[in-house]
Amino acid sequence: MGNKQKYLTYPYIVWMFIFILLPVALVFLYSITEKESNTIKTISFTLENYRLFFDPLYIGVILRSLYLALISTLFCLILGYPVAYFISKASPSYRNTILMLFILPMWMNMLLRTYAWMTILGNNGLINTFISWMGLPKLNLLYNNAAIIIGMVYNFLPFMVLPIYTSLSKMDKRIIEASYDLGADSKTTFRKVILPLSMPGVISGIIMVFMPAVSSFVIPRLLGGNKQAYIGTLIEKLFLVTGNWNFGSAIAIIMMLIILVSMSVMNKFDIDKEGSANLW
Amino acid sequence: MGNKIIELNNISKDYNVRVLDRISLFVKENEFLTLLGPSGCGKTTTLRIIGGFEYPTEGEILFEGKNINHVPPHKRQINTVFQKYALFPHLNVFENIAFGLRIKKIKEQAIKENVKSMLKLVGLSGFENRNIESLSGGQQQRIAIARALVNKPKVLLLDEPLGALDLKLRKEMQIELKNMQREVGITFVYVTHDQEEALTMSDTVAVMHNGEIQQIGSPVDIYNEPENAFVADFIGESNIIEGIMHDDYIVSFLSKTFKCVDYGFSRNESVHVVLRPEDIVIVEEEAGHLNGIVTSSIFKGVHYEMLIQTEDFEMMVQSTYKSEVGKRVGLSFGPEDIHIMSKEG
Repeated sequence: MGNKQKYLTYPYIVWMFIFILLPVALVFLYSITEKESNTIKTISFTLENYRLFFDPLYIGVILRSLYLALISTLFCLILGYPVAYFISKASPSYRNTILMLFILPMWMNMLLRTYAWMTILGNNGLINTFISWMGLPKLNLLYNNAAIIIGMVYNFLPFMVLPIYTSLSKMDKRIIEASYDLGADSKTTFRKVILPLSMPGVISGIIMVFMPAVSSFVIPRLLGGNKQAYIGTLIEKLFLVTGNWNFGSAIAIIMMLIILVSMSVMNKFDIDKEGSANLW
Repeated sequence: MGNKIIELNNISKDYNVRVLDRISLFVKENEFLTLLGPSGCGKTTTLRIIGGFEYPTEGEILFEGKNINHVPPHKRQINTVFQKYALFPHLNVFENIAFGLRIKKIKEQAIKENVKSMLKLVGLSGFENRNIESLSGGQQQRIAIARALVNKPKVLLLDEPLGALDLKLRKEMQIELKNMQREVGITFVYVTHDQEEALTMSDTVAVMHNGEIQQIGSPVDIYNEPENAFVADFIGESNIIEGIMHDDYIVSFLSKTFKCVDYGFSRNESVHVVLRPEDIVIVEEEAGHLNGIVTSSIFKGVHYEMLIQTEDFEMMVQSTYKSEVGKRVGLSFGPEDIHIMSKEG
């Protein structure tokens, strides 16, 4: 029995190797080789790609991306926590419907959803049409950081709501009752019991939003225009436009390291090792 | 025992169905009252209404004479020891016990002293910095009691607090809880489905079934004078037999007529007759009131529990002497062993 079960893991191991380890290894290989030597015969190693990155220009790019991702994560948390809290408080018959409505947009293509925001925020979009109909001057809503943040918050909010909702809904009701019983009103109970106990969900949510937000290239490209580079758009451009796979790979590896470090810092706060810990 | 501290008057509770039906009872100061019944009988709902976690659909609940129907739990001078303890997993032992005191904004020094003396009371001195998850079930149980008692409530509610413990620990905790109750002088309202636990610890027992109170009384009264077949069956083992009360002190069942000590029933009233298994004595065939054949005999530790098939009833008998299966025996009992219960309950 035990031996046979072991064989069942083999397809998974093969899958992991082909689709996870191999690509990462290749990206790493590209990042430490020279551009002109991209054949096996003439391969030559270099750290030039990494050195190149430590240019104020690129540091600025990465800081800008991190900043936007942080702001978006923060907004997701501020909006997402109350939403998750109210869904978990809703009566069981409505709960699934509300949750469903929340997840429904995720079934649509992200590109499409982002385009939708372009038509809402654009110069001749929904909001500006309304504003000019009111007789007010048009606003520049698209192609700035605010538009990117709106797009990211909109796209990634469900990733914040779901883990928080899960940690709230599986919380033992009797622990909350125990807090009331010991004299805490609902405000104190939230602060001293519910919030600390939902932290694993909050941390998962932050990780789940921050990761895609920092590396997203579709949202900054569409909603931010081509005015400024972000880490995602930079990598995309290096691969698809400039054709410098080696430098692109180096940036990808650096970004991986940044995410890895920030995740391990987050995991330090995750006392119960719930949810997010499974991701790593 | 003093004044009534809690009084329930005709309390009913409906969810989709009625789970409590016109419950009335009172608890006196320093009393140990147990709500006893099988699961789903409404005992926990009654406790939750006293604690303020449920509001009654009908009726009123009085605390020291004042109506508290809609007073939320955090404003009641009542604390609860929850089933499975419900300790705060993110706080250590000290902070769990200090929780209620911190909310009352008590000075740090006083909190420290109070927590320390509570830990001493429950026999867990030195556990202040322990993690809740590192404690055994029995230890968590004690912390839950300490966390409630440290607030010096006027009433402590306990919802099957010993249910998760093993038999030996449960027996120890029963005695300890009873001692603690005497020591701190707090009214206890205790919920359990374990009849032995109820009889051991309580001053008063309220037997519940199907959302109604079947009988309230001292453990001795409940055991010796059950008011109806349910109580008789639930409190200890019983043989419950259909009978007819011919006249005062004369009852007939199993095709025979017996003398008994009960009176006040209508002439020829149909009744339930209760014979406790330990009150029946096995004698030689034809030497007792009834004859039968032993169909099973199980060793229970102190006694043997035997089933004896008479002409039309299977009688349970407990005796320290063993009778072999298949043996024909006689059964004997005195008039004072026959308990008559009216069928209306």
